[in-house]
Amino acid sequence: MSATRYALAETRTVRESTFRVRELFGRLAVYALLGAAVVTVAFPVYYAFAGAVMGPSELSSYPPALLPHSVTGRNFTGAVQAIPLGRQYLNSAVTATAITLAQLLTSILAAYAFVFLPLRWRAAVFAVFLATLMVPWEAVIIPNYLTLSGWGLGNTYFGLILPFLASGFGTFMLRQSFRQFPAELRDAARIDGAGHWRFLWRILVPLNKPSLAAIAIYVFLSAWNQYFWPLIITRTAQMQTLQIGLASLRDAERADPGLILAGVVLSLLPTLALVVFGQRFIVRGLTAGAVR
Amino acid sequence: MPGPTPGPLPKGGRGRRDWGERTLAWAFLLPSLAVFALFIGYPLGRTVYLSTHGNDLFGAPSRYVGMRHYTDLLASAEFHKTLVTTLLFVLLTVGPGVFGALGLVLLLESRVRGVRWLRSAFALPFAFSVASASVVFSVFFNPAIGVLNGLLSQFGAGPVGWLTDQRYALLSVCAATVWMNLGYNVLVLSAGVGSIPQETVEAARLDGAAGWRLARSITVPLLGPHLFFLVVVSTINALQSFGQIHILTQGGPDGATRTLVYSVYEKAFAYGSSDFGTASAQAVVLLMVVLACAGVQFGVLERKVHYA
Repeated sequence: MSATRYALAETRTVRESTFRVRELFGRLAVYALLGAAVVTVAFPVYYAFAGAVMGPSELSSYPPALLPHSVTGRNFTGAVQAIPLGRQYLNSAVTATAITLAQLLTSILAAYAFVFLPLRWRAAVFAVFLATLMVPWEAVIIPNYLTLSGWGLGNTYFGLILPFLASGFGTFMLRQSFRQFPAELRDAARIDGAGHWRFLWRILVPLNKPSLAAIAIYVFLSAWNQYFWPLIITRTAQMQTLQIGLASLRDAERADPGLILAGVVLSLLPTLALVVFGQRFIVRGLTAGAVR
Repeated sequence: MPGPTPGPLPKGGRGRRDWGERTLAWAFLLPSLAVFALFIGYPLGRTVYLSTHGNDLFGAPSRYVGMRHYTDLLASAEFHKTLVTTLLFVLLTVGPGVFGALGLVLLLESRVRGVRWLRSAFALPFAFSVASASVVFSVFFNPAIGVLNGLLSQFGAGPVGWLTDQRYALLSVCAATVWMNLGYNVLVLSAGVGSIPQETVEAARLDGAAGWRLARSITVPLLGPHLFFLVVVSTINALQSFGQIHILTQGGPDGATRTLVYSVYEKAFAYGSSDFGTASAQAVVLLMVVLACAGVQFGVLERKVHYA
């Protein structure tokens, strides 16, 4: 009797210790996998920054140098001399800011009409807004290029901005949050004599700041990162956006990796700041279309 | 005690007020509708128009040619290759991109230390634009002084023409694309994991589920809608990918990386080409494929709404 109990206890401890060992190996495997993944994902980012401050001899050394031995700022000055980087920064900033502000305005107005105003054919009009989300921009890029060139707006800020003044995305997201606005607050505002305009700008918009921030960040990032449209609608380096400038840095006569990486680092600063400080808004915007 | 029931608003001038509000609604919608009409609606029609007309050297449409551009495309071996390349590009970016991100998110969920820090690290690529990421990868793939060949030479392997060799060019562009999308995918799936009710996970843990089993029977099934959303969105994005191909390979070598969108660009804009007829026919094909994907998404969402 006591012998069997003893044997039972023994098997249990053996089992427990094998379980511990397995668990330990499992943990180690998880950490090893994660470590490998982090290195793979972060390496290009690291190398962009490290390479940007390396001298040409290090960048072309064999085997490749992974750590900068001395830090130089020459690549940055070189990049700024190779392309009008400052001007292209300005072009990107002007374009992305204008597009963001315009889309916020048009989306606020449209979403207000959908939620708070009487509207005939509401469903049909909303379907039009949804349909615009499904049309790939590349499918309409040729006629748009012809239209804007025809208006003489090729190689201008208007050419870069005009087609993106409104979007179904912003309206769609704002409509969702406007619909959740408490009816009592709206009635209270109305009883206090606030008309639509006053209610919209004094109460509704201030109380929907998180949604507006999410939309703004999303729209700004997509506008800042645009490539196809600015590539074809601009002709001169003076009017090109930062993204096109970066690509041309690569095609420059001596494609110096140091210059290229320095250009990347400079172009990255605003988006990096947005991603780091606005992550919680970004996630909101990204998953807006996801099933909830 | 029930309070006084709120009566209807005073009726005075109801008709006129109503008319005013209806006008206001259209006034609010007008800016958006005007932009859509000018830059989406009209161009859609014009694309179809251009695709059924011939054009002169400068792209001006000439006579009506019916379906000729389409039948030419169907007969062209080059276009067949473009379609196959597009399909491969979609498969090789969406599959690894979505399921790689899923693997990472699941690993992060298995109670490791420093999750927040790791998650931020995985989201880093999100800060890169397509152009900046492509430019960094162009440095990596550089055959003479690139890091990749440098590392390979450490193991005694010969230099690989990552972007110039027919066999590797598409794979290289896909690898760069997967990297670019990883941040977005991890963010979306992390948000999905965050929306799984904590009680469900705790209940499963109490029942002894952990690690792989927890992932397989609880996390992944409950992530289903997010995974589905991500697959559709990634597919549509892959179909529209352009910057990385333009920067890394220009569709080459010998058309090995020429996808549908790149082909539209090549025919319409590259090297002074203005073959708007053929390009528009390809744009219409692209439109159909993307709409089909969006339709699948809509159909499935609709079903879910019905069952819910």
